[in-house]
Amino acid sequence: MITARQSGLVACRSCGRVWPLGTPTCGRCGAALVSRDAKSLQRVMAWWTAGLICYIPANLYPMLVTTTFGSEEKGTIVGGAIEIARHGDFLIAAIVLIASVMIPVSKFIAIAYLAHSAWRPRPGGALRRLHLFEATEFIGRWSMIDVFVVAILSALVQFSVVASIHPGPAALTFALSVIFTMLSAKSFDPRLIWDGETIESPAEP
Amino acid sequence: MSTRKVPEDLAQYIACPNCDALYTAALPEEGGRAVCARCHTVLISTRENAGIQVLALSAAVLILVIAAVFHPFLEIHASGFGNRVSLLDVATSFRSGTLVLVSVATVMLIVLVPLIRTLLLIYVIAPIELKRPPLRHAKGAFHLAQELKPWAMTEVFSIGCAVALVKVSDLAQLDFGPAFWMFLALSVFVVINDRYLCTWSIWAAIEDTP
Repeated sequence: MITARQSGLVACRSCGRVWPLGTPTCGRCGAALVSRDAKSLQRVMAWWTAGLICYIPANLYPMLVTTTFGSEEKGTIVGGAIEIARHGDFLIAAIVLIASVMIPVSKFIAIAYLAHSAWRPRPGGALRRLHLFEATEFIGRWSMIDVFVVAILSALVQFSVVASIHPGPAALTFALSVIFTMLSAKSFDPRLIWDGETIESPAEP
Repeated sequence: MSTRKVPEDLAQYIACPNCDALYTAALPEEGGRAVCARCHTVLISTRENAGIQVLALSAAVLILVIAAVFHPFLEIHASGFGNRVSLLDVATSFRSGTLVLVSVATVMLIVLVPLIRTLLLIYVIAPIELKRPPLRHAKGAFHLAQELKPWAMTEVFSIGCAVALVKVSDLAQLDFGPAFWMFLALSVFVVINDRYLCTWSIWAAIEDTP
C-alpha cells in the first residue's frame, strides 16, 4: 500500500485523478488540489461553531405556533415531541427526537472528535474514525425533517379563527444549524485521518 | 487492482478520496466493484447499462418534479373546513419576516436542486450513451452535479410528510393529491439513480472534453 502523497502525487478528491505534487487544480474536473487540507480543520471548526450557536436558540424558541380560537400555544422542538408522545404516537415522537435532538447533538460531538484526532494524528482506529465520518456526512441531511414537518403543517392547517399553525423563529435557526453542520462535515478532509497510520510495505512489486 | 511505484502515465492511476491510497485503475468486470483495500471506499462500480438506466430515471425524475409542482399535493378536511395545498404552497409556508429565508431554502432543497441536478446529469450522460463527443462544459456540469448531491433532499422531505400526516391524523381527514404520489416515486428514483451512478466511469468518459 502506498499513498498518492508518498509517490509525489496529489489526488483529486472529486474525480480520483492524480497529478504531480504542487499542481494547483485538477486538469480533468477543475477541482482545487490539496494533498492534505490542513486548513480544512479551521473551516470545519468555524462552521461547527456557527452551527452550535444556531442550535441553542433553535431549542429555546418555539418551532410551531398553534392558534385555536384566538389562544396561542407555542411549542419548542422537544415540547412538540413530548406532546406527540402524550397522544400515544411514540414512533413519531421518537423520529422527531432522533432527527432533531439525537442526530444534531451526536454530530457536534462526532465532528469535534474527528477534528481533534486529525489535528494530533496517532496510529490506530483510522478505519473506525472514517466510518464515523461517513456516518456523520450521511446522517446530517436527515435533521431537516423537522423543518419540513413545520412547513407541511403550516401550509395545511389554516382554518381561519378555528385553528391555524404558523412556524416559529426556531425554524430558521434550526435550518441554519443543519446547513452549517453539513458544511462543517463537508469541509473535513478524511485523508487527515490516515496520516498517523503506519503503512505496511507493499507485498507485491 | 494493484499498487505500484512512481507513475509515468498518470491517467492510469486512481487515488482513494478518503484515504489517499494509490492504485492503477482497472475496470472491474461488468457488475463488479473496485474497492479500496485500506478503507473499503467504493472507487469504481460498473453495472450493465448503468448509463441508460441513469438516463431513464433522470428523465422520469424531471417529468415528475415538474408535474408535482403543478398538481395538488395534499388536502385536509376538518369539521366543515377544507384546505388544499400544492408542493410550492408547502415549500413557501414560511412567510413572516426572516422566516422567508427558510421558504427559499425549502424550495431549493426539494424542488430546484433536484431539478437542476437531473438536468445536469442528462446533459453529461446523454452524449456518452449516444456515442457522441461530450457537450461543452460537460466537466463543469458534472462537477456541479456532484457538489449538489447532498443538497437534494427529496427523500428527507418524504419522511417529513409521513411525520406530518401522523401529527394531524387525529385532528383532521387527509387526502393525498396526485403530486404526493409523484413526489414519493421521484424520491425513490433519485435514490436508485445515485446508486447506479459511477463517478469514475463518467469522468473517464468526459476526460478529453475542452
